[in-house]
Amino acid sequence: MSQLPIVVPSVLNGLTTGAIYALVALGLTLIYGVLHIINFAHGSLLMLAMFGVFFLHKLAGLDPYLALLVVPPACFVAGYALQRGVIARASHGKDHNILLVTLGIAIAIENVAIYFWRSDTRTLDLSYAFDTVNLGVALVALPRVVAFAGALVVAGGLWLFMARTDLGRAIRAVAKERQGARVVGIDVEHVFAMSFAIGTACVGVAACLLMPTFYVTPQVGHSFVLIAFTVVVLGGMGSFPGALAGGLIIGVTESLCGLFLGESLGQIGIFAIFIAILLLRPSGLLGHRA
Amino acid sequence: MPEAPLLEVAGLRAGYGAIEVLRGIDVAVGAGEIVAILGSNGAGKSTLNNVLSGLLPLAAGSIRFDGRDIAGARSETIVAAGLVQVPEGRRVFPNLSVLDNLILGSYRRGRARRAQGLERVFATFPRLAERREQRAGTLSGGEQQMLAIGRGLMAEPRLLILDEPSLGLSPLLVEEMFTLIRRLNTDGLAVVLVEQNVVQSLVIAHRAYVLENGRVALSGPAASLRADPALRRSYLGM
Repeated sequence: MSQLPIVVPSVLNGLTTGAIYALVALGLTLIYGVLHIINFAHGSLLMLAMFGVFFLHKLAGLDPYLALLVVPPACFVAGYALQRGVIARASHGKDHNILLVTLGIAIAIENVAIYFWRSDTRTLDLSYAFDTVNLGVALVALPRVVAFAGALVVAGGLWLFMARTDLGRAIRAVAKERQGARVVGIDVEHVFAMSFAIGTACVGVAACLLMPTFYVTPQVGHSFVLIAFTVVVLGGMGSFPGALAGGLIIGVTESLCGLFLGESLGQIGIFAIFIAILLLRPSGLLGHRA
Repeated sequence: MPEAPLLEVAGLRAGYGAIEVLRGIDVAVGAGEIVAILGSNGAGKSTLNNVLSGLLPLAAGSIRFDGRDIAGARSETIVAAGLVQVPEGRRVFPNLSVLDNLILGSYRRGRARRAQGLERVFATFPRLAERREQRAGTLSGGEQQMLAIGRGLMAEPRLLILDEPSLGLSPLLVEEMFTLIRRLNTDGLAVVLVEQNVVQSLVIAHRAYVLENGRVALSGPAASLRADPALRRSYLGM
């Protein structure tokens, strides 16, 4: 029991990191659920959003949390345009083409970023970055608490949107029955693009919540998207509650493995879970069995 | 035939790639009519349907609905105009509740009077009211057919195309289905009934077209087609 004082903060830190993973994974799982593809460009879009937050602060003095008013809407528009203007056109409706097109977009975005910004690591210098909140059992960095709360709010809002609005219902309808959707007058191409836009807006929110404590480089998306993919598989492909639960589980696992096995081995637990899920429950914790 | 048809199709040609399925079709449906489109498998019934609903492009010909040219229009425009299809195989949204399926029926049209629409559908199909929270994928075939029709009615159609509504239903349910179609029509709804079930279709339809190899082989009032020796030979085995 002597370890409790360090385990509790570690779990709390894991939950806050996990909330960000969940946010990235929510976007990924939404796009997967509707378009039936893994969006390889998800990570590079996150990276672009993070650079956006970074430069809005450096050049315009905009606080990352105020950037929530700018960056997610910009990501939404960019996501819509990218899907409708590039991915849909280049893939001719074939799923494996969409996969390759998103991979191509990822490579292009990343290399343009390296060309302009080099591979330097950039961080923001914020007055509140080291403020802490006393949660009774432990002290947690303020930006982490904000990130956790923000991710939960977005997840809840997304769930309500999918359950209660016509567009949310249409997104779920298109995911399973495209022909039926056309028959009731749903513009399926528009729904595809809206799903992509909302998924991209999710990484926009993640970028704003991340930047107060995290760094940005042109390669920063890799680690997030790989973990987010694990989260999506863990939670069940296309499942929102699964993405949220999966994100938190993965965050805590990473944190605890880092604590007990050493920081550099923190990710071992993530991939151990990933492999175990593939072996024991391939449909994921909350996914529907095929 | 009425003087200003609700739907008027002339010289329609369409197909898949190089294969022409419809080779010049003329069909008209008047307001308040039930018109049956009959024919064996592969005669082009479903292709005609899909062209009318904007799911398949046409190669030539014209389609006028309510005085508007809708040939080549997108499916959402056609639904918005009030031409609604209940597709073959139901195509309900299996992962959505019965209620959400019906709500999506009024996605493009009829949204303003959605509450009344739901009330009407639940009154017509009490079975659906009982199962409003159930996922559509878990319904029986007959219930799914009711849901597909209910979803179509939610769009307040001016013309409802029913594609093989009796397919896969038990004889008792088929009987119920035809009674329902007649009732909807009595309330003023124009119906295009695409069916392989020739006998019952000719009983409730006002007029009918028989397709063969992508052309209209026979057409006329249902009563006189019922007595037509050629039709009796090829479809009724008499």
